[in-house]
Amino acid sequence: MLAFVIQRLLQSVLVMLTVALIAFALFNYVGDPINSMVGQDTTLADRERLRQELGLNDNFVVQFARFVGHATEGNFGLSYQQARPVGTIILEKMPATLELSFMAAFLALLFGVPMGIYTGLNRSSWTSQALLAISLVGVSLPTFLIGILLILIFAVVLGWLPSFGRGSVVHIGWWTTGFLTVDGWRAIILPSITLALFQMTLIMRLVRAEMIEVLRTDYIKFARARGLTSRAVNFGHALKNTLVPVMTITGVQLGSIIAFAVITETVFQWPGMGLMFIQAVTFADIPVMAAYLVLVGFFFVVINLVVDLLYYVVDPRLRVEREVAGG
Amino acid sequence: MAEITAPPSIAALPGRLRRFAESDLLYSFRRSPVTVVAAAVAFIVVASALLAPLIAPHDPYDLASLSLLDATDPPAWLADGNWSYPLGTDNQGRDVLSTILYGTRLSLAVGVSAVILSMLLGVTLGLIAGWRGGWIDTVIMRVADVQLSFPAILIALLIDGVARTMLPRDAQNEITIYVLILAIALSYWVHFARTVRGSTMVERNKEYIQAARVIGVRPARIVVGHLLPNVIGPVLVIGTINLATAILTEATLSFLGVGLPPTQPSLGTLIRVGNDYLLSGDWWISIFPGIVLALLILSVNLLGDWLRDAFNPKLR
Repeated sequence: MLAFVIQRLLQSVLVMLTVALIAFALFNYVGDPINSMVGQDTTLADRERLRQELGLNDNFVVQFARFVGHATEGNFGLSYQQARPVGTIILEKMPATLELSFMAAFLALLFGVPMGIYTGLNRSSWTSQALLAISLVGVSLPTFLIGILLILIFAVVLGWLPSFGRGSVVHIGWWTTGFLTVDGWRAIILPSITLALFQMTLIMRLVRAEMIEVLRTDYIKFARARGLTSRAVNFGHALKNTLVPVMTITGVQLGSIIAFAVITETVFQWPGMGLMFIQAVTFADIPVMAAYLVLVGFFFVVINLVVDLLYYVVDPRLRVEREVAGG
Repeated sequence: MAEITAPPSIAALPGRLRRFAESDLLYSFRRSPVTVVAAAVAFIVVASALLAPLIAPHDPYDLASLSLLDATDPPAWLADGNWSYPLGTDNQGRDVLSTILYGTRLSLAVGVSAVILSMLLGVTLGLIAGWRGGWIDTVIMRVADVQLSFPAILIALLIDGVARTMLPRDAQNEITIYVLILAIALSYWVHFARTVRGSTMVERNKEYIQAARVIGVRPARIVVGHLLPNVIGPVLVIGTINLATAILTEATLSFLGVGLPPTQPSLGTLIRVGNDYLLSGDWWISIFPGIVLALLILSVNLLGDWLRDAFNPKLR
């Protein structure tokens, strides 16, 4: 067990260093950082002094080490566009993205799992067929198109919900939340549905496939032969065993929800990190891009690590096999 | 198994064509109505995009023919509609139908080029990794692993963003399309490389390869002439499925404003432009390109799924 954890941890650190290296290369070699900081009329001597002060003349390894050191403290320098520390900007934007992603993941599970169970148990029913057909369309419709359609229907035609922004927010320390105001709740409905829809269809299809697979196994047949109620068989025996892969995929999908939030946030002008990243790309704001890259990379690595370890904890077979192989 | 006799119309066809008409592939195609419909839709969209200069009622690139007086006209069947603009006009007075036809052309061009490029890259790297093994294999596959743990759209977005920063502003409009193709290709090569590497490692030890080695065929010729034809099948299937993803990625990047510019609009750009007018009720500017995009992606996806099942007899 310990060997496995250490191996996984080392792997994560390696991935993180790779991401940091890319971000660093971006930061230092794309464009001239000095040019982006000073005005046109700065003399060459002044530029050289600034270069020296910022340590841009040190060798690669020293600079990279310094970059990693600063990054772990959340220091990514100043945004070219806003002339404020990137760390502060990200901290302001993070709550919006995390609340949206959390809400979307919650919706996806809340609807995806039951729909998957239903379509898995009633394979030939008319409702199942309809759900599957809709899910295929859901996978093919681009996220931004779903957002636009929802805006058109619920904001423009019906006028029930706001089409952009986060509504009014409440400050709790550095965190801002929209969950404490009616406005905030109304504002999060459309973006979170947009973001959840793809994941929902994915989870539904996964649960369905796993259910069908498990229902074929011998122990389910045996449970039926023992005369257990179909309720006990379906939920007590079958469902429990489908949840391990579902958990893994959901964990991994949590990462892609944060990535797809870029699109949803652009459609709904949601003031989160995704919108910030797109604006940074449009304005060539390298420090913000580099910081976002490192942060998202960090999220992904942590999520993957947790999922792997959870898998190990939840599935006893994995443990036994490893111990047998190891001992 | 009951013998399937070919209908007389097929029996009359000459040699090669007849073999195709009697093949399993065509049989399974005709047995799946969804696939036939998908193929028809894809064909109509692709054909009308290719024929755009001939069938489009207006030339959207011809600035002289535009008039702001015609801007944001609704589709022809609504009040204030005008039959010279069947699907209405956009904010600059361009005919929506024509911009869609030309836009689909660009979307397809970017999608197809990106898939071909990523296929070339992925197959080459996969062959090298699988054939050579050792440290080259480790390096290529490690990079693939790291890349695979991030969503492709994010990688495409990043490559695109960096390339834009490095290029001079005034050259951007002409180069954008190539940057876009490269960004999408670089974010999807992993699938090809992994598949090809896997099957190369299996094929490498088979007798026909050893025989070729023994009679002294050069390694490069073995790989290209003997090995490649045996590993290329799954690559084509992945290519079809990736085509839908590539088109979707291009549309998404263009929608986000980091893809094709409004002067050279793809379907994604058109939707982006129309999105600004959605709140004022001018829905047709974004919804019609959206429908075409959704139809295109859905039909290519269905074709890809069918191809995958048809090539994999285990699933039948």
